Amino acid sequence: MAKSNRINKWLISGPPLLYLIIFFAIPSLIMAFAAFRYPGDYGGLLPLIGPNPDTGANELLVTAENWRDYLTFDNFGLFFSDPIYIELFLKSFWYAGITTLACLLLAYPLAWLIARSPKKYRDLMILLVILPFWSNFLIRVYAWMIILGPQGYFTMALNQVLGVVGLGPVQLMFSHFAVIIVLVYVHLPFMVLPLYANLEKHDMALLDAAQDLGASGWQRFWKVTWPLSLPGVWAGAALVFIPALGMFAVPDLVGGTDGIMIGNLIKQQFLDSRDWPFGSVLSIMLTLAVLLLAGLAAMVGRGGKRDAL
Amino acid sequence: MHSKQSKWLWAAALLAYAFLYVPLIIVVVYSFNDSKLNAEWVGFTFKWYEHLLHNEQMLVAARNSLLIAIVTSCCATVLGTLAGIAMHRYKLRLLPLLVLTPIAIPEILMGVSLLIFFVMLNMTLGLVSVTLAHIAFCIGFVAIVVRSRLQGMDDALVEAARDLGATPLQAFRLVTMPLIMPGIIAGALMAFTLSIDDFVITFFTAGAGASTLPLQIYSMIRIAVTPEVNAISTLLMLLTLVLILIASKVAPSALRAE
Repeated sequence: MAKSNRINKWLISGPPLLYLIIFFAIPSLIMAFAAFRYPGDYGGLLPLIGPNPDTGANELLVTAENWRDYLTFDNFGLFFSDPIYIELFLKSFWYAGITTLACLLLAYPLAWLIARSPKKYRDLMILLVILPFWSNFLIRVYAWMIILGPQGYFTMALNQVLGVVGLGPVQLMFSHFAVIIVLVYVHLPFMVLPLYANLEKHDMALLDAAQDLGASGWQRFWKVTWPLSLPGVWAGAALVFIPALGMFAVPDLVGGTDGIMIGNLIKQQFLDSRDWPFGSVLSIMLTLAVLLLAGLAAMVGRGGKRDAL
Repeated sequence: MHSKQSKWLWAAALLAYAFLYVPLIIVVVYSFNDSKLNAEWVGFTFKWYEHLLHNEQMLVAARNSLLIAIVTSCCATVLGTLAGIAMHRYKLRLLPLLVLTPIAIPEILMGVSLLIFFVMLNMTLGLVSVTLAHIAFCIGFVAIVVRSRLQGMDDALVEAARDLGATPLQAFRLVTMPLIMPGIIAGALMAFTLSIDDFVITFFTAGAGASTLPLQIYSMIRIAVTPEVNAISTLLMLLTLVLILIASKVAPSALRAE
């Protein structure tokens, strides 16, 4: 019995495990290793396996004597040698941070309202939040390219108003503002859902109790609702911040030269300048940043829950 | 006091809903505008949809997207369902990590690592590499939906079937399977939409060999904003809406769970 159980376990978990080892774990490890290699003569990576000049047979080119020609720390050195790369990381953190904050401000009242609505409307209201998220990501970016474009009604109206008060016309497209507003737009549902899941569980008797004890509206919010909702806030923040941090399509389409983020630099290394080792270094740095943040969010989230209890 | 508060709340919520929907409505409206620019409203037309039908590249891209999405959805549903069952039944360490990490990290990381991997294997980038990559990131989503369905199921049902003499396989086929079917269908639809919508991972693994709808849209909007994009966007939104309606009919609970 115990043996057939073990066989079942492998039969069930084996196929997906094998697939993910081959197409996720191994590629990730290869990328991590690529950060220590040299770029090839025509882009890509300098091969470690190649034809032997004498025999012509393919063999491992790296030996105990020449490994320094194949493995290096220089790619990491390059990252730290020019402040431009660190600055780009900081800028991406800044974009993602502002995006997270804006999502929180927009999502909180909405999630709160949905959580306090009659039960029969809640599913519909939540579905209405998710629905735009199911349309293609590029379509959602494209929609803003129309709105922010210089000939869009929105930009023209704004510039007319600005013209009246004597300010010059502004260009909305290809700016920091464009990047952030589109980032907010594509990530908003990720903030609403965990917030709603949290707020829905709140015991309304707590608010009544606070009111009976003389707390004002603001006090009730800051002293009761907000602390209780912190786990939802942290979950939403992680779901928005992490993908926003690694975004490359949004800055690519609406950011112009000014609005690029880490993702654009990574894309550039892999597809345009074809310096794969340095691209791998950047990817590793991004992974480390994400791991650090996820760990932090999990820690703070747990702390928040403990406080709430 | 209370009504004043809720008025503000409603205003803020309506603003958020408007923020979500107005841009998409604009895309749809301009797809019927008889002007090359997405600016002034000139008049009603279907011509951008007609253009679409004669756009050879777009049709090839649509065929590719559909093919990839169907194969991805089938494979990811089988593997994801197995993963979901395994994660529910056994205490595993590695599988949950490998299933959940691709969902949690920025997509670009998976895209570039698969690019290196495929090039290292001397694989020609194209439909096959894109499909293999899509399956890898869809497994996790299917697994989560199936597992949440299993968690909502009463384990006593399987035990009862076993007590009544069913073999483990019979118990699975006749009791577990029908019960988690809505989860499996929802997972399959989700894998289909994720695959047909994916841009980032496709961008890195497609090479010059294969264009998909998102890649085609991307190359079009990079150059210029044209109403043809509005037309294809509108059609895609319609397709997604239909899929969601099917999902809500087949598996209303699974849709809510996610």
